[in-house]
Amino acid sequence: MNTFVNQFSTSSALSVIRKAQALVDDDEEFSDAAWGSEAGFGNLAKGVPSFSVPAVHDPTAFLRLHTDDHADPNCRIKIQHGTTTLAFRFQGGVIVAVDSRATAGSYIASGTVKKVIEINPYLLGTMAGGAADCQYWETYLGIQCRLHELRNRERISVAAASKYLSNLVYSYKGMGLSMGTMICGWDKTGPAVFYVDSDGTRLKGDLFSVGSGSTFAYGVLDQGYRWDLTDEEAQELGRRSIYAAGHRDAFSGNTCNLYHVKEDGWRFLGNYDITKMHYEGPGDVPGSAKTGYGYDVRVEGRVSSAAPAVAS
Amino acid sequence: MSIMEYNGGSVIAMVGKGCVAIGSDLRLGNQALTVATNFEKVFPVTDRIYLGMSGLATDVVTLREQFRFRVNMYTIKEERDIEPEAFAHLVSSTLYERRFGPYFIEPVMAGLWKTQKGEHKPYIAAADLIGCLNFAKDFVVAGTASEKLFGVAEGLWEPDLEPEDLFETISQTLLNGVDRDAFSGWGAIIHVITPDKVITRTLKGRMD
Repeated sequence: MNTFVNQFSTSSALSVIRKAQALVDDDEEFSDAAWGSEAGFGNLAKGVPSFSVPAVHDPTAFLRLHTDDHADPNCRIKIQHGTTTLAFRFQGGVIVAVDSRATAGSYIASGTVKKVIEINPYLLGTMAGGAADCQYWETYLGIQCRLHELRNRERISVAAASKYLSNLVYSYKGMGLSMGTMICGWDKTGPAVFYVDSDGTRLKGDLFSVGSGSTFAYGVLDQGYRWDLTDEEAQELGRRSIYAAGHRDAFSGNTCNLYHVKEDGWRFLGNYDITKMHYEGPGDVPGSAKTGYGYDVRVEGRVSSAAPAVAS
Repeated sequence: MSIMEYNGGSVIAMVGKGCVAIGSDLRLGNQALTVATNFEKVFPVTDRIYLGMSGLATDVVTLREQFRFRVNMYTIKEERDIEPEAFAHLVSSTLYERRFGPYFIEPVMAGLWKTQKGEHKPYIAAADLIGCLNFAKDFVVAGTASEKLFGVAEGLWEPDLEPEDLFETISQTLLNGVDRDAFSGWGAIIHVITPDKVITRTLKGRMD
């Protein structure tokens, strides 16, 4: 009988299927994450992500010893520290501006880092502290925000998204996570900015700056900030603040990335070279002063040695 | 953090054909904070010798005056200008005097010395903070960007460069070297010493 022959044949359709099934079974020995097809989030299929933890009695104390620079500056897992990031809320939305320098000690490892993480078309996160921590957890936050949308047929609020992140990092407190981030976006309540860091701090506010250059950025920002800033004025203020930080802080600089969040989501406005801003200004952009930001550029020729004599 | 990195800054010197060049960046910092961008670290010693110092700024200023005094005394006693080699040893012994409590600077010297035939031969040298001299035939570096400067100089320098080519080589080396260092930069200054004149130029550099 034909069927009997088929059943034990090595070239029939049935045996091809048998072989294919055996191959599929073999595949199951490897987790999907091993193939890299799920961008490192493969372990989400089991519910929550899981990480292997050092096999010691007290993993928290062990990690603090090896990752906390206050405990021991010489013996630590190298984490990117120098940065300037800022975000502020105003009448026309949210401005997000960051620098692009990455340093390892005094070595400038890169001048083209993307420190704004585009979580989804309405949410931006900034990156200060551990680059990998920020990148991974803000991408993870993006996944959770999308699930929230599907479950509730409604976009997640910035408050809820930032709280999700802060609760998450709090659960890892003491394990060496290092991030200082601003979650910025537009929701039902309008423009919103939240500061979230790896200690578990979560603050709502109009204006934040994070990183080693934050004090310099705050100086310019506080001086020029008003709620009723026009879009162009606000964008210029963001650029000018990052320039100030890039100029004075050794660990910030190279370029400035500028974003503007409005009702219809965020928009990338441009990448501005900080040295070019010093000598020539940001170029032909709305709100620009058309001259260099640098002190010696602005006051050229108007120095005390050339001052007119004072009449007595 | 090391005291040698407290103020930041870097110096470099290079040999050319019958000429030498020496230059420094212009930053004066207080750790990560940039305080000034006009702090020169290279000073004239004679018409044909320049001395650069990187390290702790207060010691740079102190030693500049100390060396000025000692070179003046030498000139008066000998009734002639000091030669580069003698000056290098003067620097070395001045630093070794403080062997157990050193000045936190690394000197770099560049000059021309006159042979008996009347030719001018290039001379460069550097030392560590307690005066161990390093006579190089090509280039010497010091400061927070020294590793980066070594890398760039190794790639750009070639023997027998004419003054203008030497200027280009040392400028590119310095500017590109300090652009990879967080504590150096914010402009630069270069001196090219030739038998009949010294060419001094201030360079625009990255201001971040």
